[in-house]
Amino acid sequence: MSIGHTLLGLLEGGPRHGYDLKRAFDERFGHDRPLHYGQVYSTMSRLLKNGLVEVDGIEHGGGPERKRYAITDAGITDVEGWLTQPERPEPYLQSVLYTKVVIALLTGRDAADLLDVQRAEHLRLMRDLTQRKRGGDLSDQLICDHALFHLEADLRWLELTAARLGQLAKAVRS
Amino acid sequence: MTPAGSLLIATSLHKTYGHTPALDGADFSIHPGEVVAVMGPSGSGKSTLLHCLAGIVKPDSGSVHYNGRELTTLSDAERSGLRRGEFGFVFQFGQLVPELSCVENVALPLRLNGTKRKEAEDRASAWMERLEVADVAHKRPGEVSGGQGQRVAVARSLVTGPRVLFADEPTGALDSLNGERVMELLTEAARESRTAVVLVTHEARVAAYSDREVVVRDGKARDMAGVR
Repeated sequence: MSIGHTLLGLLEGGPRHGYDLKRAFDERFGHDRPLHYGQVYSTMSRLLKNGLVEVDGIEHGGGPERKRYAITDAGITDVEGWLTQPERPEPYLQSVLYTKVVIALLTGRDAADLLDVQRAEHLRLMRDLTQRKRGGDLSDQLICDHALFHLEADLRWLELTAARLGQLAKAVRS
Repeated sequence: MTPAGSLLIATSLHKTYGHTPALDGADFSIHPGEVVAVMGPSGSGKSTLLHCLAGIVKPDSGSVHYNGRELTTLSDAERSGLRRGEFGFVFQFGQLVPELSCVENVALPLRLNGTKRKEAEDRASAWMERLEVADVAHKRPGEVSGGQGQRVAVARSLVTGPRVLFADEPTGALDSLNGERVMELLTEAARESRTAVVLVTHEARVAAYSDREVVVRDGKARDMAGVR
């Protein structure tokens, strides 16, 4: 999963401190693997260096200073590019696809379109594998079948998620 | 894909059953020899789209242009003649006539078009060989397996040399191995004879035999070719 893109997506709703970002990420996507603070700050430094976020304000309190980050126009374009570009189909994609769908819903983008584009990408690979199977020997067929069944499982997940988008939109926006 | 050079083009189809809209401005086009998968969730309108394209159902508005003719303005008899002469059909369950032998089933569309029995059965036998079911020619549909029955149905759909084949979940009742063999044989035969295939399916592995897919959702059809 792209932590940078996910954090950028979370920033689209408004500026946040690094700590808030970590908390928002962990709540939505980090059930199994919460982010370390170090990951958040190293990611934010990189995004800052690349002009995708800017420092919106600095709070000086009793402890270390706290930077508040805001997404830049270049950052918004970067999130848009990430959401629009389908993932390379491979097994166990669900976590990144789930993250993309949630970020699309949170930022008011077309999540159904994202799922359609991903489905087309999966089918493109399934066509290639089917073609390879037709011209191949038994071992080719079995290897391609294994990949095809995995891709088919992903596609079923895409269908199911498309059917539940309305429900998911309510849940993530509540 | 652009409609230029298309054999069958539907534009802005609307169809409502009672208060339920089944098609809401759907577009579609297919070229000779092309296999297009029509996908989408249950109730999205994909079967209604197929029925409108095949002239089985008349849309409330919109046009279906086939080979220079506007289907929506033809009479029932003219559309029925077109379906018999130029279109082929395969459904989820073979819908073979149980009283006839398999070869008689395959020959049936030719016999209905006035072809003599001997010639019709010769042509039927050639298609059955092509679909690898020559050995069940003289059995009744009730005596053959599901996979064999479906291949017999595919042979019957192709025997008249249709220019468009409409296949609605053609492998829905088959296991993976039989389903794939049916798809291999169907698409090979269609591509060789330049028959356009409109393939309604909800199975991705079946759709993977197509050249491109169209996704129907909420009565609208989206062509996924070149998406990205």
